[in-house]
Amino acid sequence: MRADIPVTVVPRKRRGVELALIIFALGLTLGAYAMVDINVLGELSPIFPYLAGISTLLAVLAHVAVRWRLPYADPVILPCVILLNGLGLVMIHRIDLINDPPLNGARQQLIWTAIGVLMFILVVTWLNDHRPLQGFTYTIGLAGIALLLLPLVPGLGTEKFGAQIWIHVGPYSFQPAEAAKVLLAIAFASYLVEKRDVLALAGYRILGIDLPRARDLGPILVMWLISLAILVWQRDLGTSLLFFGLFVMMLYVSTERAGWAVLGTLLFAAGAYFGYLNFSHVRTRVSAWLDPFSDFDAHFQVINAQFGIAWGGLLGTGLGLGRPGLTPLARSDFIAAAIGEELGMTGLMAVIMIYGLIVARGLRIALQCREPFGKLLATGLSFGFALQVFTIIGGVTRLLPLTGLTTPFMSQGGSSLVCNWIVAGLLLVISHQVRKPAATVAINPDVEKTQLVKAGA
Amino acid sequence: MNKPIRRVAFIALLMFGLLLANGTYMMIFQQQSLAAQPQNRRVRDAEFAQNRGAILAAGKTEIAKTVPSKDRFKYQRVYPEDELYAVITGFYSYDRGSTGLERTYNAPLSGTDDALFIRQLVDMATNKTPEGASVQTTIVPKIQKAAADALGNQKGAVVALDPKTGAVLAMVTSPTFDPNDIAGHDIEAAGKAYDRLASNSQLSNRAAREIYPPGSTFKLVTAAAALADGKTPDSMVDSPDPLKLPGTRVYLSNSTNCGGTKITMTQALKVSCNTAFANLGMDVGEDKLREQAQLFGFDRRHLDDLGGVASQFPDKLNEAQLALSSIGQYDVAASPLQMAMVAAAIANDGVLMDPYVVSTVRSQDLKPIETHKASELSTAMTPKNAKELQQMMSEVVSEGTGRNAQIPGVEVGGKTGTAQSDPKRKPFAWFTSFAPVHDPAIAVAVIVEDANIPRSDIAGGRLAAPIAREVMEAAL
Repeated sequence: MRADIPVTVVPRKRRGVELALIIFALGLTLGAYAMVDINVLGELSPIFPYLAGISTLLAVLAHVAVRWRLPYADPVILPCVILLNGLGLVMIHRIDLINDPPLNGARQQLIWTAIGVLMFILVVTWLNDHRPLQGFTYTIGLAGIALLLLPLVPGLGTEKFGAQIWIHVGPYSFQPAEAAKVLLAIAFASYLVEKRDVLALAGYRILGIDLPRARDLGPILVMWLISLAILVWQRDLGTSLLFFGLFVMMLYVSTERAGWAVLGTLLFAAGAYFGYLNFSHVRTRVSAWLDPFSDFDAHFQVINAQFGIAWGGLLGTGLGLGRPGLTPLARSDFIAAAIGEELGMTGLMAVIMIYGLIVARGLRIALQCREPFGKLLATGLSFGFALQVFTIIGGVTRLLPLTGLTTPFMSQGGSSLVCNWIVAGLLLVISHQVRKPAATVAINPDVEKTQLVKAGA
Repeated sequence: MNKPIRRVAFIALLMFGLLLANGTYMMIFQQQSLAAQPQNRRVRDAEFAQNRGAILAAGKTEIAKTVPSKDRFKYQRVYPEDELYAVITGFYSYDRGSTGLERTYNAPLSGTDDALFIRQLVDMATNKTPEGASVQTTIVPKIQKAAADALGNQKGAVVALDPKTGAVLAMVTSPTFDPNDIAGHDIEAAGKAYDRLASNSQLSNRAAREIYPPGSTFKLVTAAAALADGKTPDSMVDSPDPLKLPGTRVYLSNSTNCGGTKITMTQALKVSCNTAFANLGMDVGEDKLREQAQLFGFDRRHLDDLGGVASQFPDKLNEAQLALSSIGQYDVAASPLQMAMVAAAIANDGVLMDPYVVSTVRSQDLKPIETHKASELSTAMTPKNAKELQQMMSEVVSEGTGRNAQIPGVEVGGKTGTAQSDPKRKPFAWFTSFAPVHDPAIAVAVIVEDANIPRSDIAGGRLAAPIAREVMEAAL
């Protein structure tokens, strides 16, 4: 090709691929659901046609919204999300059936799925572009921190399973941390894009690592204190780790200074050690991790998750044929153990790989993105997602001490499901903005110019 | 910003890699030990729901079997004869463990034994519920029933051995239990039954897992030691009444009329003369007496399949203690199984056979996986000495304290015993015997605890000998 002819690379839209993958994911999900019914009840449950209908409708709606408003979006993320959400529904339904009469957790989860898809469609169609979010840095950030600390408000927060991370309003309860995760990722991204030049200034140099200047330590110390507050008053190790990890990583990416990451890791280690020394629930978690059989009753949950996974073995007992009901909280925190039991380690690894695919696609979007806010936001959302999956599945399989995080898209619970659908929507929005041909953006050459100033970074 | 993003991507890759590696590690290194944890209800439930193999008595009598059930476990363990074989089979319960052969042969019975591996593969491929192997015991139902009936509800135990092979022909302990009560699928009721039976000590195996002072039956061991030491049945022994125990102010008296102050060994055994055997024991000496006891199997565990315990001959005896030990008092303690082994070794011309209760383990297709071959444990006596002692025992039954064991037309050898472990307790009545004398088919030991008669050497003859007689009759 000749250099004087401008070359416009138009990425393929690949919506057809997405549709094919969605059909595959739906087929897997509905097949698994039918298998549970047949293995447990001997016949399809009466709600199966409704479930199949609603699931298909939701998947099609999501796909149509993407096809209409984000034609250049990544084609893999949505099918992965649909598959994970579907498998979660299947497992919740399977655990419903252990009780006699069966619970209707799956129906509730389906309603939450519908709300999640609706939010996804709103993000896709109405928001459509992530860049305007950059204008509300402090509003979004404050809202996120407020949500995070909301469970500490007397009368509003309630304690469940030793952690005070729920709030109750009338008959409804939700985990505000999930929403805070999305809001704070956005706020961090826009704040750091704004301040990164200052934060990148080198201070001391120790062991070949440039440490930031003392006067710039403010933000990281504030986040550290908030994380500690979550650990101390909400007694939630997982959320604390997630937020602090997210912030430190984004700080590192925006400034390209490894010093921040080192400092953050040290601060986190200090916080975790402080927690270990001062809180018995942290010590219990650590001893359940290192030596679960030292106290069968106290570590009942972790031990039973291990038993379930071991019982499932490599190929699993088969859907509906295991005993996931023996593990407490099998439908929420321990859904990975239920999957390991009935679908085997193979099935659990497949699920981990699907999570991995979403993270990989998200980070790829970040790499491709040409403007720093989108880059940082995509990195933050993907890495936060990866950190969450790592912490909870690692906790259930005893790679790490157990922390009470939800398994994205699978655990029962509305707040987590809806927020993760929003995350998926945001990633697709960014990917569409990244991959769509530049010509469609460049309506006003002046705008185009300012848009491209930082693109080389 | 791409460089740090790539690094972050690498960290994410590392995290996912760790998750997968940990999963692999779990499967390779932890799965087996986790599955073997007794607290693992999943494995326990699955094992409880297996088509467990049967336990058989001689003649293919099923004494423990598995029948289909309609609840979540699919199969129910059943003991068709209720209490009769409880001490052999033990029980197989959901959360109170298992005992007896159900415990020691769990792997073949449940079909998880490595010897059944090919079978397991075939079953897996053909989608058949695996079936456990069956365990064939040496117990003879007729003798077992006779023993249980004869003992009735008296507290005690009976053990019958085949002197030539060591096979356990019958083993009865009383009071006992119905294993069906503990094997039921109503877990709570089964647990309550277990607790009740355990607190009443109905679960104990008095025949092989309890030791008692053997009393005068131990005189057989002293007599064997004396014969080995060069004495003959006609050797004269001092039998004063009473005998002052050396180094003490204690006088040992006789509970029967020994028939003089110097009598033959045959006479001493016939009337169970305490002072004569005390003198014999002191003559032979501690070491030789202990050696003889050990040749008969003391100080060793036997019948591991049923968790048999070791009988004891004490250490570091002074003369007085040696005198008392020679007549089965002081710290000598023996299980009924041990005393049956003494009689069996004498009957088998001095050769002690290793007692066993399981003869064959057969896979589902009836192929033997494991077969027990009769094996010698020791040569306890020379054939000549053994024959002499047989004759002496025969006279105990024909003319002495063991007359209640006489069987018309059959020559029976035996020895009575009465032992008092504690002055406040009622004495134990013992009898150990074998028949026929010249071609022994059975050796028996009987103990009745709390013999409800005044202390005398007759207790063994009066209470225990008739039981032994009925057991021997059933075998002949």
